[in-house]
Amino acid sequence: MATTPPLTVRGQFGPYGGRYVPETVIPALEELEAAYAGIADDAAFQHELDDLLDHFVGRPTPLYHAARLSAEIGGAQMYLKREDLAHTGAHKINNALGQALLAKRIGRSRIIAETGAGQHGVATAAACAMLGLECIVYMGELDVHRQALNVFRMKLLGATVVPVTSGSKTLKDAINETIRDWVTNVETTHYIIGSVVGPHPYPTIVRDLQSIIGAEAREQCLAQLGRLPDYVVACVGGGSNAMGIFHPFVADAAVRLVGVEAAGHGIETGEHAATLVAGSPGTLHGAKSYLLQDDEGQIYEPHSISAGLDYPGVGPEHSYLKDLGRAEYVGVTDQQALEGFQHLCRTEGIIPALEPAHAMYHAAQLASELPQDQTVLINLSGRGDKDMTIVAEGLGVAL
Amino acid sequence: MSRLAATFAQTRAENRAALITFATVGYPSPADTKHVVSALLAGGSDVVELGIPFSDPLADGATIQHASQIALEQGTKLQMAFDLVRELRAEGVTTPLVFMGYYNPFLHYGLERVVAEAEEIGLDGFIVPDLPPEEGQEFAALATARGLDLVPLLAPTSTESRIQANVQAGSGFVYCVSLTGVTGAREQISATLPEFLGRVRKHTDLPLAVGFGVSRPEHVATIAQIAEGVVSASALINVLDETPVAQRYDVLADLVRAMRAATVRTETPVKGTTP
Repeated sequence: MATTPPLTVRGQFGPYGGRYVPETVIPALEELEAAYAGIADDAAFQHELDDLLDHFVGRPTPLYHAARLSAEIGGAQMYLKREDLAHTGAHKINNALGQALLAKRIGRSRIIAETGAGQHGVATAAACAMLGLECIVYMGELDVHRQALNVFRMKLLGATVVPVTSGSKTLKDAINETIRDWVTNVETTHYIIGSVVGPHPYPTIVRDLQSIIGAEAREQCLAQLGRLPDYVVACVGGGSNAMGIFHPFVADAAVRLVGVEAAGHGIETGEHAATLVAGSPGTLHGAKSYLLQDDEGQIYEPHSISAGLDYPGVGPEHSYLKDLGRAEYVGVTDQQALEGFQHLCRTEGIIPALEPAHAMYHAAQLASELPQDQTVLINLSGRGDKDMTIVAEGLGVAL
Repeated sequence: MSRLAATFAQTRAENRAALITFATVGYPSPADTKHVVSALLAGGSDVVELGIPFSDPLADGATIQHASQIALEQGTKLQMAFDLVRELRAEGVTTPLVFMGYYNPFLHYGLERVVAEAEEIGLDGFIVPDLPPEEGQEFAALATARGLDLVPLLAPTSTESRIQANVQAGSGFVYCVSLTGVTGAREQISATLPEFLGRVRKHTDLPLAVGFGVSRPEHVATIAQIAEGVVSASALINVLDETPVAQRYDVLADLVRAMRAATVRTETPVKGTTP
């Protein structure tokens, strides 16, 4: 697997990353770091994980040539990495499963997790059910109401869902509450964080576990196209699906990496979740990275039609890739995402989640300006079943 | 000698622990914070922590979360905390005052600007719960250069090597978190506290102050026998929340007075337990 920029002992990506957390949990982070280093050479662990990725998750996921969509756009060829076909409907399971196995290895039988839209919560609940681990999911009270179906799915899978009523009652507050639980129960509990965010070693662990997306896609491109793609496009909330598909391509200098953030109602309105496009560096949830913050360094509430992108921070490695110029980051609005969503439904018979619909929209714009012999690889990170109510509302349709 | 060091020297001479109390800047309102601090001082606080509200207080329980949120909703800014200290010093208050707050508001204000202004107005130091020493080197160097203390925090989960590193990286006193958890009033003091403080003492001569969950004078009395300082915060904010407005500052000062009376050491200090 390709290597990315070097990591210091403190888990820094250039000036970003680190461990900005209360002392209470630092020994647990040190233990996690050591345990994680231990599994790299542990053939039995890797075998168990690979076996479950094949038979439980359904990997490898296909690389699909969106031929009709590409023809209609009349530019570059668009290829979709079908993470929507992974078990539980999104890439989130790659990380949840790997971390649940890691938790078992370090003797933690109580799992906590945060979730926004509910995809990470569902993936974690599924992995815990399969491995026989207790699972508690913190979810902002507003999201509990907005994503009632995923709450029911988590409960069916045996998880306890705890509504979070503090702060703005959404994802960032759910993360705060999960960290508070961890601070309190750190000796028995493993925190399965859902994205490439948080204190070291989480951004590295989650990136590595999600890198299977890019590793497979890279091989599939070579096998199916005989070459690497010209562009890799993925949506960025916290940034796990993007980091997962980017990572194995970082060393391929000719491959351009494009992260698509949620521009919500438009960057100029201030109601968006475009952290890298419009934010500035600071510390939140244990890491230094780009943030959406006001003049006082207070974090403000983002907005996106997509709950999975509705986060005021971003993984520290993305901040580093941005500053290096190795990846570029753009914004796509709610309306544009709905357009990208419908376009894929009609041309390819695939209903994407609203998160990758942002990536689809930008990729289509990009492809339309490129010659037909170029290729754009898009991470289709999840399926859209969870978003039907929101899409109907966005299109003015009463269900 | 720094004002914090002088305070701990004095309380030791008086055979008692220092009482460290807390107010969230901007709570119950920006205009009322001064009254809260005055009540804390009237009750006999030896050190006052001024809590800088943050949107995402992940080490805090419900009480301080709520106070922080209300303070921010009323437009509290870091500048107001500096102004409050300036005002108190102008009125002749000599009690050590420290800022307790999360790192991002300080970082955003500019670390150099924070320490310069802190020195100018007579602030004594900082407690930053999400800034472990590995990440705090720059802030510690800037603060130390201006004679300000960056107080290290330790938890019951801290390993020997971390205790050693943390106490060396900070100054003023060592903030020992009494329990594995977030801030907030509790019924009892953790039974493992003496063992934890014993582990810390092996590595430092700095005064040890115990906080988190210290809610009643009885708690203060228990901790005063084994530590040089006792911190109470959430329990004091609860008084503001639960008392009719007309009496709240008097009731608050009374509770602080009772806590202060409980700081007296009833036994002769055991050899090796005081710096």
